[in-house]
Amino acid sequence: MDATALLLSRIQFGFTISFHIIFPAFTIGLAAWLTVLEAMHMRTGRPVYQALFEFWLKIFGVAFGMGVVSGVVMGFQFGTNWSVLSKMSGPIQGPLLSYETFTAFMLEASFFGVLVFGRKRVPPWFYLFSTAMVSLGTTLSAFWIMTNNSWMQVPVGYVIQNGYFVPDDWTKIIFNSVVWSRFPHMLLAAYLTGAFCVAATGAWYVLRGDYYAESRVMLRMGLFLAALLIPIQLVFGHLVGDYVHEHQPAKFAAIEGRWHDEQPASEVLIGLPDPATESNRYEVKVPLLGSIIASMSLTSKEVGLADFAPQDRPPVLIPFVTFRIMVGCGLIMLAIAWLGSYLSIKRRLRRNRPMLWATFISFPLPFIAILTGWYVAEVGRQPWAIYGLLRTADAVTPFLTAPAAMTSLVLFGAVYLFIFSFGTFYIYRLLRAGPTRLAVASSHGASPNRPMSLADPEFIRSGYTSAGE
Amino acid sequence: MILFWVALLAISIVIYLLLDGFDLGIGMLFGLAGSAADRDTMLNTVAPVWDGNETWLAVAGVILWGAFPVVYATLLSAFYLPVIIMLLGLILRGVAFEFRHRAARQFRWIWDVSFVGGSFAASFMQGVTVGALVQGLEFTDGVYVGGMFGWLSPFSLLCGIGLCLGYALLGATWLVQKCESDVRDMARRQIPALALAVLAFLIAVFAHALITNLPIMHRWLDRPYLFVFPAIGAMAAVVLASSILHHNDRWPFAAVAIIFGAAFGTLALSFWPYMIPFAITIDEAAAPHSSLAFMFWGEGLFIFPLMLLYVAIGYRVFRGKVGTTPGHS
Repeated sequence: MDATALLLSRIQFGFTISFHIIFPAFTIGLAAWLTVLEAMHMRTGRPVYQALFEFWLKIFGVAFGMGVVSGVVMGFQFGTNWSVLSKMSGPIQGPLLSYETFTAFMLEASFFGVLVFGRKRVPPWFYLFSTAMVSLGTTLSAFWIMTNNSWMQVPVGYVIQNGYFVPDDWTKIIFNSVVWSRFPHMLLAAYLTGAFCVAATGAWYVLRGDYYAESRVMLRMGLFLAALLIPIQLVFGHLVGDYVHEHQPAKFAAIEGRWHDEQPASEVLIGLPDPATESNRYEVKVPLLGSIIASMSLTSKEVGLADFAPQDRPPVLIPFVTFRIMVGCGLIMLAIAWLGSYLSIKRRLRRNRPMLWATFISFPLPFIAILTGWYVAEVGRQPWAIYGLLRTADAVTPFLTAPAAMTSLVLFGAVYLFIFSFGTFYIYRLLRAGPTRLAVASSHGASPNRPMSLADPEFIRSGYTSAGE
Repeated sequence: MILFWVALLAISIVIYLLLDGFDLGIGMLFGLAGSAADRDTMLNTVAPVWDGNETWLAVAGVILWGAFPVVYATLLSAFYLPVIIMLLGLILRGVAFEFRHRAARQFRWIWDVSFVGGSFAASFMQGVTVGALVQGLEFTDGVYVGGMFGWLSPFSLLCGIGLCLGYALLGATWLVQKCESDVRDMARRQIPALALAVLAFLIAVFAHALITNLPIMHRWLDRPYLFVFPAIGAMAAVVLASSILHHNDRWPFAAVAIIFGAAFGTLALSFWPYMIPFAITIDEAAAPHSSLAFMFWGEGLFIFPLMLLYVAIGYRVFRGKVGTTPGHS
């Protein structure tokens, strides 16, 4: 095994998965929001819902496209760079990820076409059904991915035969408490991402003094949903912490920045972990709080990193810092959601410009929280690929050379940077332009009357969407 | 159980070849279109379905991983660079669908280039991997020992070109079926040239196999019944020629699809019972029963048929000719 190839493979996996997760995080929430909008429009007939649906569908389209193409990469990268892992755990990870493709990928891909191009080709109920199916697909996808990743975090229900992890109890693999705390945690994170992006867009339009009806719906639905979900998210976050405490003590100690056993344990709020001295510099501690958080007790003994041999410890700094960033983002989001909702109920939000600005610029927070949360989970799992069973260093393709890994990493970097720059630019431009004006949208038809011309950027789609106009 | 998953894998690969084949083929022909309006029409014939088409690659990939993990791990790592370049090609062409009409008109060429280039890269690399498999990778005791460039040979590069031509032919027949006027006429002119090029490629492959005495040749001599498939292919070629001469719009695609099916059948049966010729057999590669059964009772028995149904619905919703101008779909 080539140490440089291993490092480059890890960087490549981290880079491509970080890039990928941004888009599902966004589209899972958006798909659900689109379903709600379409259902509301069918129920109430209010044109504002339809204008918002058409508007967010365009943004969904751009993000979904990037999610799909970067997701296909993930399915193959296990084999290219981590062939030992994918061979040994193939009997378990393969079926789980095949369920992901079968139940989710196909559902999304097939009904997404109807969503974008089929408005005039299918009856309204079928259109709503297609929207719901896309939403279901994105959710199922998240479920199987979390099941797969949870098995790598806490392997259960297997026996080892001839160097393979052979499944002997699928119910344990799928219905264990680790999956069922981490899957809701991820799903809620995705809904919060959608909610904050929607609310931020609403706030932006109010600040611009534009799109009165649309901005009202976006601000309210976004902030109310977030205000409701963040407390639930904190509960699930705590449950996720419980599984780490129980099953991955080294990761837990790294997150806490606890080097030595303590009884009762204090909680390090901030500090700079230093592996050389096995202590934290500039640390601020709260006595007893560590035991309370970890074990709900005032006297419990909590494990420190020094209990583990150096080669079995995760890197400390990354989990320690990213965990604090994640929690910090969550708390700021909670403050914005609650204060914004309160002001909205009191009908004072639209005049409160500082609050509108805060809501507007808050949209990166859920993305940062998701990325840092994943860094805690994945970096904290090191040095293991499958916790306690297979080291990352042993999981890599044995004959992979550094130049080959470097080539692929540079190519991925260049292509992703290229499409990411354009993708975010196009999303920004769509958001800036705003929804189709209500005045032009018809209130009872199934589709807005878009002005058609060759200069219309929608021209390309019009081959399908403009029938009968 | 093992046979069931072999069959599903084969079906998924054939569906992928046919669906993403025409899709990638149109990507390669895209650069030859005469006008901007023609390019828009060509894109419209695949825009609603490309995503689903490409998903069959993921389907084949995960069946391979779940049911035959050794093969998945071995092939993807042995074909490291071709797989990575194929994926990057698929990314560039995939985002082009959405980005192209979000771009300002003067920058649309960026996505046209990435659509054509990505389609070429992906098709070429797929052909290279098939070629390298036919030629045989280097194994010692079931472990791949060919290194990072074990796939690279004149023969595999030839197969890369061959698959590009084949996909382009499939794409042209799809355009004949889905389009009218200019685009259809252009595709009709391209089909004979592409068909002859594919024929020349097949002759070159046979000649190469004979001259270098590839192990796969012996299998053809041992199993004369394998010639059924080339015979079916030849009949389909006759149908293709006559349907082009008679300006039939539906048959060309079906004929080329049959040729593709026959080519796949020839290869698959001449590898049998090997999955990686001639190193790892199907039985050696199969995942444990508990994995195969878990997949069988859910996705195999129920979801796979359902997936075929979605695909059928998708193609039904978007059936018929695609309009060339706005307002006529």
